Amino acid sequence: MLQYDVIVIGGGPAGLAAGIEAWKEGAKKVLLLERDRELGGILQQCIHNGFGLHHFGEQLTGPQYAQRFIDEFKKLGIAYKLNTMVLEVTENKEVHAVSKEGGYQIYHTKAVILAMGCRERPRGAIDIPGTRPAGIMTAGTAQRYINMEGYMPGRKAIILGSGDIGMIMARRLTLEGAKVEAVVEIMPFSSGLNRNIVQCLQDFDIPLLLNHTITEIKGKTRVEGVVVSEVDQDRQPIHETEVSYDCDTVLLSVGLIPENELSRDLGAGMDVHTKGPVVNQAMETTIDGVFACGNVLHVHDLVDFVTEESQRAGKNAARYVRDDTRKTGKEVHTRAGSGIGYIIPQSIDCEQIDEDIKLFMRPRAVFKHVKMVVTGDGEVLKSVKKQRMTPGEMENITVEKSLLSGKEYKLLSVDVFEEE
Amino acid sequence: MEKKELICIVCPKGCHLEITGNSDGLHVTGNGCKRGVIYAKKELTNPTRILTTTVKVKHGLSDRLPVVTDGEIPKESLMEAMRIINKLEIQAPVKSNQVLIRNLLESGVNLVASRDMAEL
Repeated sequence: MLQYDVIVIGGGPAGLAAGIEAWKEGAKKVLLLERDRELGGILQQCIHNGFGLHHFGEQLTGPQYAQRFIDEFKKLGIAYKLNTMVLEVTENKEVHAVSKEGGYQIYHTKAVILAMGCRERPRGAIDIPGTRPAGIMTAGTAQRYINMEGYMPGRKAIILGSGDIGMIMARRLTLEGAKVEAVVEIMPFSSGLNRNIVQCLQDFDIPLLLNHTITEIKGKTRVEGVVVSEVDQDRQPIHETEVSYDCDTVLLSVGLIPENELSRDLGAGMDVHTKGPVVNQAMETTIDGVFACGNVLHVHDLVDFVTEESQRAGKNAARYVRDDTRKTGKEVHTRAGSGIGYIIPQSIDCEQIDEDIKLFMRPRAVFKHVKMVVTGDGEVLKSVKKQRMTPGEMENITVEKSLLSGKEYKLLSVDVFEEE
Repeated sequence: MEKKELICIVCPKGCHLEITGNSDGLHVTGNGCKRGVIYAKKELTNPTRILTTTVKVKHGLSDRLPVVTDGEIPKESLMEAMRIINKLEIQAPVKSNQVLIRNLLESGVNLVASRDMAEL
């Protein structure tokens, strides 16, 4: 029988960090399953730099960041299988997978770490009017074409959505000789990092049209142009603001969705806001012994935080196997209060806090000069001043172990308040 | 010099910098760390960037190999650098950080591979 202590699903930055940490924490029968032909995940196509500033204190490219973890993973001799697609994870911890080499495989394991990442929202998810010609793809697809396969997706492009991938691809296309007419953003602010507005758009004089969207795509076999309209406060197009652009390519950078088919089929509790599983401070889902980390849990803007979170998942998965650590049920739930979109983790098992708790959250809007306040059943525990907050940048706040131990709060809330 | 505003691109935090100048030099506020001051001064006098792109690779797992400059090059020479880099064609195997072009455009900066790529 194929019996393991920990099986990690996904060989991107989350899976690699979780696998390494589980191994270091004493789980020796670790197996990582990856559906792609190599390890590293989407980082392999993210050839731009800026990764690793928090974790390594230096600027690395995506492949360089991945390489460090791949090297360590291989050096430790942790088992992994490539070109292997996991089809199902069952509650009694059977992992069903297929590959050309191994056929249909059933693995038995004591703990599972879900690290399947996320995928991009396609055109169908946002319903853009117009025809359906060739030349419309997600920014990530274009990224893989240019950076790994060696194909140019087009010569004249419009990018819809100003997320980081959209802006990075605007620069990438420009460097490779294409013309990017504009980056079109329906919201009044960019959902990407400020530094990317500067070094990807402003550096190359690419216009960022806020409060605008694409209202028509034209072309029969190939994209021939788009119509861009300004939108009002309710994000509805304003008539007579239409501007036509000639282009042969439309890239979509309109958001990422955690890839949770396996988690959902398994019956793990899901968070409607993050679109990922509900987890506790150990990164354990509602299914005993099943942990989740990285973009499958919630979409991160920095891989450094994926690494940190995944290490926690790996460490706790190993503890689950080694010390038979089980949930006590004495939980305090976290609540995203005013101004906050969601909080990870969704619950904290108060009996099992072994270190300070780092809450990750995403603001709902752009705020200036505010304070983030943590309350336990209405009692103020902590307050942190913030000069600026934006939905494009994940926030975190550390709740010290001492603030929670011995207390029996039911609800831990984080709210954003204007500073007086 | 009047007041100038910049967004720092040194790290993902993206501090909003305000720069005022006098005869003693530039005065920077709004920076979260000292790297912001260095960035602001450089950005106003000689803006530089790290360049990341890909080169053609033969016999590798992918058809393109990601590459990166091991230091910053002047912003205005990015396109010229691309023209030189696009002519390059290399053979796998390649090791991460292997130098592919030494002293790119006399900038003192090298172009290096940004991942390992085994020979297929």
